[in-house]
Amino acid sequence: MLHFETWKIVLIAAICAFGVIFSAPNLFSPTTLDKLPGFIPKQHVNLGLDLRGGSHLLLEVDFGAALKERLNSVIDSARTALRNARVGYTGLNVEGDKVVLALRDFDQLKNQGRLAEVEKLFRDLDPDLVPTIGNDGQVTLRYSDVALTARRKSAVDQSIEIIRRRIDETGTKEPTIQRQGQDRILVQLPGIDNPEHVKQLLGRTAKMTFQLVDTSVLPEEAQRGRLPPGDVLLPAEADSRRPGLPQNYVVHKRVMVSGDTLVDAQPTFSNNEPVVSFKFDSVGARRFGEATKENVGKPFAIVLDNKVISAPVIREPILGGSGIISGSFTVQTATDLALLLRAGALPAPLVILEERTVGPDLGADSIKAGATACIVGVVLVVVFMVLFYGLFGIFADIALFFNLAIMMACLTMLGATLTLPGIAGIALTMGMAVDANVLIYERIREEMRSGRSMLSSLDAGFKRAFGTILDSHVTTLVAGILLYELGSGPVKGFAVTLSIGVLTSLFSAILVTRLQIVSWLHRFRPKAIPL
Amino acid sequence: MRPLLLLRHTPKIDFMRYHKAGFALSILLTVISVGSFLGFGLNYGIDFVGGVLIEARSTSGPANLADMRQKIDALHLGENSLQGFGSPSDVLIRLSRQPGGDAAQEKVNNAVRQALGSNIEFRRVEVVGPKVGEELIHAGVLATVLAMLAIAAYVWFRFEWQFGIGAMISTLHDVITTVGLFAVFQLEFNLTTLAAILTVAGYSINDTVVIYDRVRETMRKYKTMDLKTLINLSLNETLSRTILTVTTTALAVLSLLVFGGEVLRSFSIAMLWGIGIGTFSSLFIAAPLLYYIGLRRGNEPKKAADSATAAERTS
Repeated sequence: MLHFETWKIVLIAAICAFGVIFSAPNLFSPTTLDKLPGFIPKQHVNLGLDLRGGSHLLLEVDFGAALKERLNSVIDSARTALRNARVGYTGLNVEGDKVVLALRDFDQLKNQGRLAEVEKLFRDLDPDLVPTIGNDGQVTLRYSDVALTARRKSAVDQSIEIIRRRIDETGTKEPTIQRQGQDRILVQLPGIDNPEHVKQLLGRTAKMTFQLVDTSVLPEEAQRGRLPPGDVLLPAEADSRRPGLPQNYVVHKRVMVSGDTLVDAQPTFSNNEPVVSFKFDSVGARRFGEATKENVGKPFAIVLDNKVISAPVIREPILGGSGIISGSFTVQTATDLALLLRAGALPAPLVILEERTVGPDLGADSIKAGATACIVGVVLVVVFMVLFYGLFGIFADIALFFNLAIMMACLTMLGATLTLPGIAGIALTMGMAVDANVLIYERIREEMRSGRSMLSSLDAGFKRAFGTILDSHVTTLVAGILLYELGSGPVKGFAVTLSIGVLTSLFSAILVTRLQIVSWLHRFRPKAIPL
Repeated sequence: MRPLLLLRHTPKIDFMRYHKAGFALSILLTVISVGSFLGFGLNYGIDFVGGVLIEARSTSGPANLADMRQKIDALHLGENSLQGFGSPSDVLIRLSRQPGGDAAQEKVNNAVRQALGSNIEFRRVEVVGPKVGEELIHAGVLATVLAMLAIAAYVWFRFEWQFGIGAMISTLHDVITTVGLFAVFQLEFNLTTLAAILTVAGYSINDTVVIYDRVRETMRKYKTMDLKTLINLSLNETLSRTILTVTTTALAVLSLLVFGGEVLRSFSIAMLWGIGIGTFSSLFIAAPLLYYIGLRRGNEPKKAADSATAAERTS
């Protein structure tokens, strides 16, 4: 007990110095720190959104919707393929996560030995599709689990990428976008106190297509059920400035060119109206050129998320690979559309599951409240310890100081996020950290009372209290780790500070205190312990 | 400087004499807790049930609650509550979970923002969909149960199984009565409350472990002392530490309660109660329980391998 090897002293001093040096920058503003020489650490602890202000959005990729859309297009191609192969069928439909149909002349097909051919036909629609043909002629087409998992994963990955591009375009600083669980995405936007605009941008799939308008049918007739095969009825984007335009369009399902071939889109003006100019890549430009050449004089629809933005008539072939979209735009909506087109379409719609937004001044208030609570708590504990343990109380308080410093340094260096509950964790750890000191000191007192000598009391006090301290710290650590694993957001922040605090207090309360007591013994050679 | 001595000599309080009263009080508290939990349920915050919570501040002097209430009622969004807190210009608006899925909750937030106009600044907005809420409840219950099992397992591993059971029962008691406090007074039960409850479990076990540690040590020291006297002695020897630690922790939590602001209020209340009840349960439940679970004198196992045979003998 009385002897400390030199390397131990050096190590303890080094850890304490690490704590002080790396936690100190948190006390100064970044501008002050910038004036200091380069070798001084400047890193601040990461503040959670509840302290710095900002918006936290938990999004879910609605893979079901994307799958349904995909299956619908499988139906369309199946219809064409079956017609071309002259195979009769009924009840072609999407049912949950599969496509079902019944072969009309199943027995005949079977006798002619054409079943394999039919099966191949289905396989050719999409190699991931698994067709099963039952003995009653019932056919189900579904994606294999492997394919579904892969598609789901790629949908989420792609969504993250698109979200990042969209958010970057809005100029938000330091956004965090990360996958959470299987199909969720956590978006954190520091400094945003009204995420309305971001939510609007993320709420749109932004799938754009150019499709020809079918002028042979009036939308009204189509609405009454006379929709030609291969056509679809789409609503028009409401336009208050042009009340005369139709509310619906009959549009060919076949896509002339799709938005994923766009390479650029910019908001601009045409005839003093906000419009969006766009540019195709070479493939898109060629397709668009061919399509417009063949259909001069006919209208085509610019469709965004299944709504017709506008349906201009093709006056001449558009061969340059660029054009403009006019519609009922304001400057803002034109800018947004251009942004969405540049960033690309989401593979699946996003649903907002959770939003937590904190304004920057509330965050500042919270920091103030948390800091006040911590300081008051620490002062009370410090005074209390001195009152009850005198000089040894001061030793404990010095250890407490290093505990705080090392804890902050760890939080800073680990890049952990400090939240308001995290600050509560710090305050709580302060109260609990001195428990180790209390245990040791009480033990020393007891040993002294039982008549031991000064030195052996000190020795026994530390030795015997250690097991107890370890047990009590481990149990708190267990609670902390579970909180971290299962908690979310701010609670995680609490778990982090609590767990780190438990570990650092184990070091400071035992080693730092002991080192101080030993140094004091050597220096002053006291006759009795002031406990 | 002479330090204050809380207890100059080891006190001689006969805890075991009062343990039946302690048990009775605990049972009463537990019954009240379970009763009000089943009867009134908990006042779940939006973290768990979904809905919208808005902390708003009027930028034009004190908030006009009546006017704001009228504007929000006009939106017909179902159950809502407006409540002043902190300064007179601050208002807390709660809207119950909206029918429909996750997207429906989002719409409401916009509607309210528009209805209240530009003189109201939104300082904090929390929108939680029903899906997330349900998951949070599951995760919370799971965390609590796992924490208790893990702690009991650790105590069992470090001590003997009787200690594990005693620790689990007294921790369970603390958790139940803390939840009960929230049920009886219908305080808002949210994510941070849950964190507090787990911390209470950790603290309570901490306290219990210190006392159990001493019981074990005393058992080794006085092989012939009867169990009641032995538990009493252990409690008295650690009493000074118990009081000091409760005080320092309570001081820290108290300053959180007073200065920590609205967000930490329910956390601090839960913690403060938990510290009190945790200490009580260590003294009057965890320790006396050892007497009843059948900790035998004289055959205290030296090695972990012996504990199985000890368990057979005592069960």
